[in-house]
Amino acid sequence: MKQVDIAVVGAGPAGLHAALMGAERGLDVLVIDNAGQAGGQLVKQTHKFFGSREQRAGTRGIHIADELTKKLSTYTKARLWLSSTVLSYYPADQTLMIEDDAESIRLIQAQRLIIATGASEKLLPFPGNDLPGVYGAGAVQTLMNVHGVKPGRKVLMVGAGNIGLIVSYQLLQSDVEVVAVVEAAPHIGGYAVHASKIRRMGVPIYTSHSVKAARGEQVLERAVIWQLDEQWNGIDSTQFELPCDVLCLAVGLSPLTELLWQAGCRMVFVPELGGHVPWHNGRGATSVPEVFVAGDAGGVEEASSAMATGALAGLSAVESLGQCPDYAEATGAWSRELDALRAGPAGSKIRKGLQSLQL
Amino acid sequence: MMPDEERLKQGPVAIFECLQEIPCDPCADACQFGAVLAFQDINDLPQLDYDACNGCGNCVSRCPGLAIFVIDMTWSEDKALLKLPYELLPLPQKGDEVRCFDREGTEVGQGRIVRVVQSLRVGTPVLWVELDKELALDVRHVAPLSGGGERDG
Repeated sequence: MKQVDIAVVGAGPAGLHAALMGAERGLDVLVIDNAGQAGGQLVKQTHKFFGSREQRAGTRGIHIADELTKKLSTYTKARLWLSSTVLSYYPADQTLMIEDDAESIRLIQAQRLIIATGASEKLLPFPGNDLPGVYGAGAVQTLMNVHGVKPGRKVLMVGAGNIGLIVSYQLLQSDVEVVAVVEAAPHIGGYAVHASKIRRMGVPIYTSHSVKAARGEQVLERAVIWQLDEQWNGIDSTQFELPCDVLCLAVGLSPLTELLWQAGCRMVFVPELGGHVPWHNGRGATSVPEVFVAGDAGGVEEASSAMATGALAGLSAVESLGQCPDYAEATGAWSRELDALRAGPAGSKIRKGLQSLQL
Repeated sequence: MMPDEERLKQGPVAIFECLQEIPCDPCADACQFGAVLAFQDINDLPQLDYDACNGCGNCVSRCPGLAIFVIDMTWSEDKALLKLPYELLPLPQKGDEVRCFDREGTEVGQGRIVRVVQSLRVGTPVLWVELDKELALDVRHVAPLSGGGERDG
């Protein structure tokens, strides 16, 4: 059986940073991703990043993906398996079962495992949500920004968090009409600057509104919208219809934690972090000594934080193998950046989540 | 975040429409004239020294939030110049007449493109739009005369 020092599951911003920390310190690193292209969600992110220079603020996500992948490829002991899916993890002998790009099953024994699997989209229950034309925001982004395919002509966006606002803007950039953004909460959850970009292009944002139903004969033709009262119940008298052929759901993310459950990590339910997440020490260490977590799998944030939590998890894994002489210095720098990113009002939810994780 | 009338009379100046504390600071790096004060905390709101700002517009192309604009009320006798970030294709060309929209997306008038600045790989293109002085403080988006986003393709 093939053996590696560190296996990283997921080649997104967190996984690539984690892998680089090991590769830069001379370890055998294997990164596995089920997509055909490295970068995770970065490859769909055509907008410029926030954050500071260290997190490549002002750079578009897709360029960050290229840059990280190129950097990793300069290390001969680092390998990247794409179109490969980790099917399971066997903690007793620290073995991963992987279906590779030739659809063969491979077993890999890893001294340290870093889970950077990201998150999956939440769905919203309403009548008609199985009609063709009802999408998750991630699928809409993949169609548009990876494959260059317009998802439809008229889109209703559900959710005014950063994903809903950014995808609305990307739809407008792709010359697709966005008929409205509806948001169940009384306030826009995403950054005000993202909301301003679509407002000035004429897209209305309805707060305290949600989808009552999706209607159409064979495919989606219109959405029924209604206002919500203070208990978040729909008010019948307020309902109206919006014609649309795409209904795009951007209503939150849940950490992808199957492998962490399999590894036997202690799991904690923290709503602010997106649901069940592994207990971790803030530097990627879980309750299982050889298993580390990075990025959204450890709590839903965004790509800038994922790069930092990825680096920290990578450094912690290297340190646990006794190969990280610069551990204090390197983790100190990344921790300071991460703390700064989370320090403001925008980071209050994640700070609360991380606090309850430690209780 | 609006310079006073006196400053507007002195020439081009940046307007930062960044009113929410978010972790973001590329504007401080973007300014070669030290007009954007250094951040103590990445979540700080940007602070602009209006005397040091010459309205060059470098920050306009660097702001990830597309939240910075430059206004020049001294552009000509009856017209102002507005520099705004623009990420749609096709880019308008010099000389094009464009429809002008305010922050809510309401069409409020017309303007004319006098320059299109495209520099850095990751920099946002910046349109220089000549328009009536009374529109300069309100217009935040432009679209081609025909269609306005309803282009074929």
